[in-house]
Amino acid sequence: MTSLTRPFSHPLSRRGFLRGSAALGGAAALSSLPLGARAETPLTVGFIYVGPRDDYGYNQAHAIGAAALKEIPGVTVVEEENVPETIDVQKSMESMINLDGATLLFPTSFGYFDPHILTLAPKYPEVRFEHCGGLWSADKHPTNAGSYFGYIGMGQYLNGVAAGHVTQTKKIGFVAAKPIPQVLLNINSFLLGARSVDPTIMCQVIFTGEWSLAVKEAEATNALADAGCDVITCHVDSPKVVIETAAGRGSFVCGYHADQSALAPEKYLTGAEWNWGKVYTDMVNTTLAGETIPNFVRGGLAEGFVTMSPLGPAVPEAGRSQFEAVKAEIMTGGFSVIKGPLKDNAGNVVATEGQAFLETDPSLESMGYLVEGVIGATS
Amino acid sequence: MTTGDIGLWGVPIAVIGGAIRVSTPILFVSLGETLTERSGRINLGLEGTLVIGAMTGYATAVLTGSAWAGVLVAALAGAVFGLVHGLVCSLPKVNDIAIGIAMMLLGTGLAFYFGKPFIQPVAPNLPAIPLGWWSDLPQVQAALNVNVLFLIGLALAFAMHWMLRATRPGLIVRVVGDSSDAARAMGLKPAQIRTIATAIGGAFAGVGGAYLSLYYPGSWNEAISSGQGLMAVALVIFARWNPIACIWAALLFGGAGALGPALQSVGVTQGYYLFYAAPYVLTLGVLIATSSPSRAMAGAPGELSITK
Repeated sequence: MTSLTRPFSHPLSRRGFLRGSAALGGAAALSSLPLGARAETPLTVGFIYVGPRDDYGYNQAHAIGAAALKEIPGVTVVEEENVPETIDVQKSMESMINLDGATLLFPTSFGYFDPHILTLAPKYPEVRFEHCGGLWSADKHPTNAGSYFGYIGMGQYLNGVAAGHVTQTKKIGFVAAKPIPQVLLNINSFLLGARSVDPTIMCQVIFTGEWSLAVKEAEATNALADAGCDVITCHVDSPKVVIETAAGRGSFVCGYHADQSALAPEKYLTGAEWNWGKVYTDMVNTTLAGETIPNFVRGGLAEGFVTMSPLGPAVPEAGRSQFEAVKAEIMTGGFSVIKGPLKDNAGNVVATEGQAFLETDPSLESMGYLVEGVIGATS
Repeated sequence: MTTGDIGLWGVPIAVIGGAIRVSTPILFVSLGETLTERSGRINLGLEGTLVIGAMTGYATAVLTGSAWAGVLVAALAGAVFGLVHGLVCSLPKVNDIAIGIAMMLLGTGLAFYFGKPFIQPVAPNLPAIPLGWWSDLPQVQAALNVNVLFLIGLALAFAMHWMLRATRPGLIVRVVGDSSDAARAMGLKPAQIRTIATAIGGAFAGVGGAYLSLYYPGSWNEAISSGQGLMAVALVIFARWNPIACIWAALLFGGAGALGPALQSVGVTQGYYLFYAAPYVLTLGVLIATSSPSRAMAGAPGELSITK
């Protein structure tokens, strides 16, 4: 472990000063409040985003979730944006813990976990670190850290169903950031959703290599349109550039992370959106009740972790009814996107006849393949 | 079918299209830097100027509804940044490289701070000229959708080349850049001329930023530049301080950047990280190939702090 010196250890530190003045101000404010309005245990929750809060994407989805917490009495939300996945995030977390008194942290980016959360969690055992993504495991990692994520692959499957009804070229496109399991599951789900409509549909994927790289995303979208993809979706931090560029090229689009329909009202088919507000509210209520948040939190469409954007005007009637039927089936549970017989695009069998992986199957969180019909490679 | 698959032909078309789309901001920044460096000063802050140009241009376009007003404001903002850099560097014993880095951080910081409310709104885009009208292929039409700013950039490069070679202002810039002593002997004020050249160079970079946010990719966010301004400054050395060579350098860099996505789209999917490094490898390769151990860098202005 690295030996980080604690910031602000000087006796007349800013931290001590802030605490003192906050206590004075707090006492003055509290004494004038009616008794019932006093929160039992005030809770400060810290949110850290890798990009800007209003990016029409990943960070916006989390920030909307964080905003929902501000309604809960006794809860203070502190936020920091544009924190890179470097030692910077450790500094941000430590300052939230030491200066703001945060005891529940949501460092929301995938790359914040290892080594950054893993460095700080043992150092601050009284603080709860909740990481978005599938990396926490009970036998390896500290118990005051936890992992939460949603089965948004189902949302991409539904995107694919809508896309399958709209595509004329039978070729759909996917702009992907990095070949990590969640992204691969989304790509595979998008294609399999489209193939549930027409099994000849192919999906072209282009990896940009970074979560946020506007020019490369625009180039990738143009390359997909050049290759004849007429429905395009993505998994990057901010889908704004992809959606606008694709719609500008005349392709239809499916959204991701948040609702992007305002960017291309005519071309937007539907989108897989996060609904973190529900997740965060549940977690904070658990903490306020004095209980511990489970270390492994998962949910999908049925649990309200994921929602779908309203269907756009370009989706035909047949598409609408199939979309609603599949969505209802997913809501009842027991639906599998990855089910046999299924091969990957290198010809290896990933699911045999009769084999089906439920969305809750942990093996999906270590997916390393692209299914047959996806044009692209993970490396 | 009009949107059919054109197979491997997609790659050269995408590279040409990408070269035109991606090169414009790089061209503007490297032209601005060429002018500045020809006057004997280095402005590393153009990355910050590019970002501030992108932000002010986008914000102005959102507020006024006019993309061209955005370009104008971006140029003004860039000129102000160049002017500040130029004035600070005119003080004695000030290192222009250090100031450039400071201006870069200041520019990106200010742009992030003031640009917050403009990430979501959609601004009107700059117009493009459909030079691909003669083709039935949508790929060709898309590749040859040429933005006006690209053409302006080309014209500017030729104009600057002529200006430096054949006009009195060009001679003044060159004299100041090559020898302060000679310039003073001619009765010129080197600091003043360098400051003006830096301000004009800054305005160019500002326009490059406006292209990023108002045309391609056509959206303001904090990662919009991702280092293109810095790369463009480096390309000036690659272009040997020659405005015409800046065009080729920018086109080469833009086209090489389009190679990665284009190859993936035709199914060449292995090793895309390697293809994404192509522009940088190419730049390094050409620099090594054209360097010589026996002579100094051809075309380098004598007063540059890196050549002195």
